Amino acid sequence: MQRHLISAADLTRDDAVLILDTAEEMARVADRPIKKLPTLRGRTVVNLFFEDSTRTRISFEAAEKRLSADVINFSAKGSSVSKGESLKDTAQTLEAMGVDAVVIRHGASGAPYRLATSGWIDAHVINAGDGTHQHPTQALLDAFTMRRRLVGRDAGLGQDLNGRRITLVGDVLHSRVARSNVDLLHTLGAEVTLVAPPTLLPVGVETWPCEVSYDLDSTLPKSDAVMMLRVQRERMNAAFFPTEREYSRRYGLDGDRMARMPGHAIVMHPGPMVRGMEITAEVADSDRCTVVEQVTNGVSIRMAVLYLLLGGAEFQTAGTPAAPARTAEEN
Amino acid sequence: MDTQDPQPPPTSHADARPVLEAPDIARVMTRIAHEIVERAKGADDVVLLGIPTRGVFLARRLADKLEQITERKVPVGSLDITMYRDDLRMQPPRALARTEIPGDGIDGKLVVLVDDVLFSGRTIRAALDALNDIGRPRAVQLAVLVDRGHRELPIRADYVGKNLPTSLRETVKVLLAEEDGRDTVLLGAKQTPQ
Amino acid sequence: MSKTLIRGAKVLGGEPQDVLIDGGTVAEVGSGLSAEGAEVVEAGGKVLLPGLVDLHTHLREPGREDSETVLTGTRAAASGGYTAVFAMANTFPVADTAGVVEQVWRLGKEHGYCDVQPIGAVTVGLEGKKLAELGAMHESAAGVTVFSDDGKCVHDAVIMRRALEYVKAFDGVVAQHAQEPRLTEGAQMNEGVVSAELGLGGWPAVAEESVIARDVLLADHVGSRVHICHLSTAGSVEIVRWAKSRGIRVTAEVTPHHLLLTDELVRSYNPVYKVNPPLRTERDVLALREALADGTIDIVATDHAPHPHEDKDCEWAAAAMGMVGLETALSVVQETMVDTGLLDWAGVAERMSFTPARIGRAEGHGRPVSAGEPANLTLVDTAYRGPVDPAGFASRSRNTPYEGRELPGRVTHTWLRGKATLVDGKLT
Repeated sequence: MQRHLISAADLTRDDAVLILDTAEEMARVADRPIKKLPTLRGRTVVNLFFEDSTRTRISFEAAEKRLSADVINFSAKGSSVSKGESLKDTAQTLEAMGVDAVVIRHGASGAPYRLATSGWIDAHVINAGDGTHQHPTQALLDAFTMRRRLVGRDAGLGQDLNGRRITLVGDVLHSRVARSNVDLLHTLGAEVTLVAPPTLLPVGVETWPCEVSYDLDSTLPKSDAVMMLRVQRERMNAAFFPTEREYSRRYGLDGDRMARMPGHAIVMHPGPMVRGMEITAEVADSDRCTVVEQVTNGVSIRMAVLYLLLGGAEFQTAGTPAAPARTAEEN
Repeated sequence: MDTQDPQPPPTSHADARPVLEAPDIARVMTRIAHEIVERAKGADDVVLLGIPTRGVFLARRLADKLEQITERKVPVGSLDITMYRDDLRMQPPRALARTEIPGDGIDGKLVVLVDDVLFSGRTIRAALDALNDIGRPRAVQLAVLVDRGHRELPIRADYVGKNLPTSLRETVKVLLAEEDGRDTVLLGAKQTPQ
Repeated sequence: MSKTLIRGAKVLGGEPQDVLIDGGTVAEVGSGLSAEGAEVVEAGGKVLLPGLVDLHTHLREPGREDSETVLTGTRAAASGGYTAVFAMANTFPVADTAGVVEQVWRLGKEHGYCDVQPIGAVTVGLEGKKLAELGAMHESAAGVTVFSDDGKCVHDAVIMRRALEYVKAFDGVVAQHAQEPRLTEGAQMNEGVVSAELGLGGWPAVAEESVIARDVLLADHVGSRVHICHLSTAGSVEIVRWAKSRGIRVTAEVTPHHLLLTDELVRSYNPVYKVNPPLRTERDVLALREALADGTIDIVATDHAPHPHEDKDCEWAAAAMGMVGLETALSVVQETMVDTGLLDWAGVAERMSFTPARIGRAEGHGRPVSAGEPANLTLVDTAYRGPVDPAGFASRSRNTPYEGRELPGRVTHTWLRGKATLVDGKLT
């Protein structure tokens, strides 16, 4: 693990498996009477949100609070942040307050990377979604959900997703979730297929470590997990597809289509869902759909990431393995 | 999780001297089991919680012995104290080990914490904090295979396999068959950094 | 007026010769010229070129004096070996009237570091809707002959056609910033493999190429000449090559940065690499070099675009587009064209002085280094190699993509009509 979590592409297989394993232990805290650990006591984490995202923000906040960090929520939305320098100014303000980590959501691709590398700030930076670039904790919680469902809760420990067939459907072009998932799932050994109308795939997608298909029906029987990406209705106005009805007919997941999936296969969605657009209510409410689990798992994953980035001393070098749980001698 | 550690152990086994061999370890575990039964008046409400990694194996061994003595199953689990350590910021983040609380929980029970070596007492302090977040035992006791002294906190063990006076320049290493392929306790010299 | 003898200079890269400047003109070129009464500059094998001419400079005055002024911009030009620059019209107010162009022209004259030839806007306010008073700007003291909405594309085909036709009356030329606006909405970088990964809005090559294709056909149809600004793609090269083969009067420029840098640099999300048109791929870079060597692309123009620090010290999307270039242009051309064997120094003189002066009708610039010609000269230490240090720039802005990069060549002297503007690398 590095100092920051900016992109799922920065994670090695061992990094990713360590995060998933750690999250598995964090998940057990939720079953206890006192859902809190003292681990990050005295550490200050800022949730710096330049874009509205209540669900991501509260997920991080829950994770931070369960680890006893001091939490500051900074919603920059609506203040005068359209001008670029405010990111720098805000960063330096936070630095001056002595924060240990910044969880940043920003509409501009690369903003977390700039924050981490420009010298504006020393804190750890965790990307909570940047433009159409990356959303690494989302990809991690998705992989966690897949590993639990497809490999098993205990059987999955130490395991990756080798050979699992994962299909991502929808607006890949505008999706940071898709980019992060392609990177991470590939690292974890899964076989990824993107399904979308050609207008919603980026030029250059042919170099990604995945397959691309325009045909959902032929892909479904070969999928262990199908992740439906949100499709914003506004895309219709920019001629990405003709009508909502046509989109749903060709790329939406309904009960009939779900029936074409193998019996063990799951349906995922990063939320918020547009019911009737990319997914029907019947599918969204079925027990094969993991949307609610994904939300729960998000807290565990974010606890794991926060712990692994902030829970110990600074790394001397990137790629240092985590120390064993205990040294042989008592401390 | 120690097994995943690619780094060499801090002590070279070659220049270490065994202070307890397998039969000694078996014998002291039997003794501790008897002491628990005696002090807990039958051990009806005992829950054994081992501290990963080797404390867990010792706790399971104790549970087996208690079962032989009392002819009852004794609940046994594990308690990972990593997230409660007071030295987290002095080392890179550690991988977590499993905390497994037996089904009936620990409320109102006599929890016996089991660890391999008692040294500064900081691990046990962390374990007590961790227990506090999990439930409210009737009482907490501590069983250790080796007490090597040098306490930094007001903590003592209720059951001790062997008191082993050591110097701070020495290391104590417990090897157990489940993890290390053999049972032994080694006393060695700390390697001084060049 | 005083005399200067430049001794032992490789004129246009040829054999070492002496060049005597008397007053504002070159008096004599030959061997063993007398130094009597003249200040002597020992060239010691440096290369002597005609003063460079930049057909594409943003001086920012009036309106954005925080990033550059005519004074700082022309000092930067002299530092880079330039004796004439064409100042783009996208100032505040826009240079779309005789008044604004005359103001810029006068400021250049007053400072005396470099001739400033204003470019007039094609349309009022660069809005692409209504032709500006092109004739009035031409007839003003500034004598505007080059017109451009640079920064924006003259995207309306009818307006472009009219502009091309209209400037024929006074031998003007329209310099097109080729960028189809609808295809580049939200564009942040070259559309391709890197943009797909980085999640930055794509600026497809076709948005440039389609406009160039249309404009060469329009120029052909109305029998006018058209100039293509900062051509950046391999496809654009093919279109211009085809147009020239058909005898269409098209000229084209390439910037130094498009000859050297690729979109891989954007992976750093460092806005110093943000420029319009965007950095393209390795394949494009190689095609541009080849086209500049074979004459398909006529000239190198800097697109010197100064921006204040805060407009680059931010996240990518919020950053301004553009790079400064006047003080590094010749070094980049030496690195990419001369040291690679694609071009000799005579070829550099052609593409950075003679031809841009001819396209812009810059009187007295881009002339041969021979007796009787205006003494607009620049002396280059081509053996030098060192890192670029923006702290030493004369420009008010520091937004260079080359900071710390080792580049060859250093301009040591520049003469504007016999008057030294740069001596031993220092502005006078």
